[in-house]
Amino acid sequence: MNEIRLAHGGGGRYSHQLIEEVFLPVLKNDYLDSRDDSALIDVPSTRLAFTTDSFVVEPLFFPGGDIGRLAVCGTVNDLAMLGAKPAYLSIGFIIEEGFLIDDLKRIVQSVKEAADEAGVLIVTGDTKVVQRGNVDGLFINTSGVGILRENVTLSGAGAQAGDHVVVSGPLGCHGMAVMTSREDLGFRTKIQSDVTPLNGLVDAMLGVTNHIHVMRDATRGGLATILNEIAGQSHVGIEIVEENVPLTEEVKGACELLGFDPLYVANEGVLVACISPGVVKDVVKAMKRISCGRNSAVIGSVLSENKNRVVMRTQIGSHRILDMLSGEQLPRIC
Amino acid sequence: MKFIDEFRQGNVARHFVKTIRELVDGREMTFMEVCGTHTMAIARHGIRELLPEQLILISGPGCPVCVTSNQTLDRAIALSRRSDVIVATFGDMMKVPGSSSSLDLEHARGADIRVVASTLEALSIAAHEREKKVVFIGIGFETTVPTVAASLIEARNRSVLNYFVLSAHKVMPPAMELLSRGDVRIDGYLCPGHVSAIIGSRPYEPLVQKYGIGCVIGGFEPLDILQSIQMLVEQINHDDPKVEIQYSRVVKKEGNPKAQEIIDKVFEVCDSHWRGLGEVKESGLKIRESFSEWDAEIQIPIEVEPTHEPEGCLCGQVLQGRVSPSDCRHFGTTCTPGDPVGPCMVSSEGTCAAFFKYHHIIK
Repeated sequence: MNEIRLAHGGGGRYSHQLIEEVFLPVLKNDYLDSRDDSALIDVPSTRLAFTTDSFVVEPLFFPGGDIGRLAVCGTVNDLAMLGAKPAYLSIGFIIEEGFLIDDLKRIVQSVKEAADEAGVLIVTGDTKVVQRGNVDGLFINTSGVGILRENVTLSGAGAQAGDHVVVSGPLGCHGMAVMTSREDLGFRTKIQSDVTPLNGLVDAMLGVTNHIHVMRDATRGGLATILNEIAGQSHVGIEIVEENVPLTEEVKGACELLGFDPLYVANEGVLVACISPGVVKDVVKAMKRISCGRNSAVIGSVLSENKNRVVMRTQIGSHRILDMLSGEQLPRIC
Repeated sequence: MKFIDEFRQGNVARHFVKTIRELVDGREMTFMEVCGTHTMAIARHGIRELLPEQLILISGPGCPVCVTSNQTLDRAIALSRRSDVIVATFGDMMKVPGSSSSLDLEHARGADIRVVASTLEALSIAAHEREKKVVFIGIGFETTVPTVAASLIEARNRSVLNYFVLSAHKVMPPAMELLSRGDVRIDGYLCPGHVSAIIGSRPYEPLVQKYGIGCVIGGFEPLDILQSIQMLVEQINHDDPKVEIQYSRVVKKEGNPKAQEIIDKVFEVCDSHWRGLGEVKESGLKIRESFSEWDAEIQIPIEVEPTHEPEGCLCGQVLQGRVSPSDCRHFGTTCTPGDPVGPCMVSSEGTCAAFFKYHHIIK
């Protein structure tokens, strides 16, 4: 059988077949092997981080990744940004009748690889199949639990005047990779999505110091939107310097051509951090040793004036307000 | 990056700014740009902040979505409600409020409306879905008209008879002439780079001859804009208004003859209704009779609701450079890009959208 049928979501023989043949061989571990209604997990700490995210990206396979990798990284990164060590994930698939089982297998393989990369276990899962046309191919939901570190307090409300603003890599790669891989565009680029688990990078950063006040992954709405959230939550101003913002030539070019602003384009493997000036050098040095952080850069600073606002000093010496993204710049990007 | 970074160099920008300040020397000057891309670029790069305060840049009717009349929008909306019609449009039109609805709202209610990136994409939808009538909403100035004309020629060549264009195209010089006669002070025009790439520089000559207003056709990068402004100031200082091309890497005096020829083959000049300016003589383009088989207005007659303008919305006056977006009581409160009252807040090139995005906090 090559295609998903409605019966695959019915809970009967076909459902079991799908679980036994597609999911378990790849995702296998003690928790899933128990096949109970819930996974039972021992937790070595009393403080947990818990998050959930749904993924509807179109196309399902894009340069640099696919929906499976995205679904793991998205949830892992949300946990990591609070300083938690991502540990356990759940995964739910909503599949359209007729979906190719080979494609599903590729996606499950990506889930496995991303989970291994991040060092997390998929401990419970679910599958539903809906009639053709009721979902576009495949949607995934993941939820995750992370174990909180001692003595680490990270929050969007933690930015302090004087902090340096650091980003971990070039911006806009995920959004533009997805956008330019859509068939109707009429041109191709070499842009690869940056989708990657960031918990290793966070480990390296927190290994240097606890004086990191904010960490956020710059997903939907891009850098500009995340900086606005930080400015608002922390009641501070933020100024960034255009020349210091890392961008690849390809992303810059594609954005110019399509009329997008890379500062508002989604990332899936870039974090923004506000870090005490005394330790920022050492943290950036540590970040650069990790593959996904090798292009880390200080792009600006947190100010006590201009509260709740983000301003960019442009290349030509003027100032530009970076407002929140209003409306959706690109639909179905994650 | 090649062709971008060269036109954004800080040291060169500072040099232009210094020269402009010296040349302006405290006198009042008002320049108008009539291109939405200029409006956005000026706001995005913070050009106003660099200029002396006596030098005022105002925005004219340069955003194609914004100047499109409610009547055209209502017609597009009415067409989208027909079950045998697929409306194809550039994305900017989706959220623009018509008299009582928008294409976005109709889409949510089930209308078949497709956002396309080119006219040929719309034509290809028609070629694949022969049982439907595919109507492309043709808005925009001389820049986009050649591509629409080309799609109609292609439709004829390939005998695609279920492809139609609702033409609300406009040409810029007559609107500039109307503004030049009006009571809004304009000491110089920053003329549209892309429009001029098609029409060349000659159509602006009458503005110089009749009204003594200088024209500089400018590019869209910060250094292009600063240099164009410097050229306008120099014209004033020498009391020598003329048409000059700053954007010479793209614009030629004669324009693009091939594009002009294609436009002329498919379209003819007509009077047209502009939001804010009203009926402007010979400022629109309608489909010639020889292409009437593809003219949506003729081939798909439809009843359109009575036009209703949003109460208190100052888009019309904003488009004439008469008021600033922040003078409008809706601006930033009841009218935001997410929930717009008027078109100038919707379009990515609208003056209100530019002000909202980049200006509403800093000068």
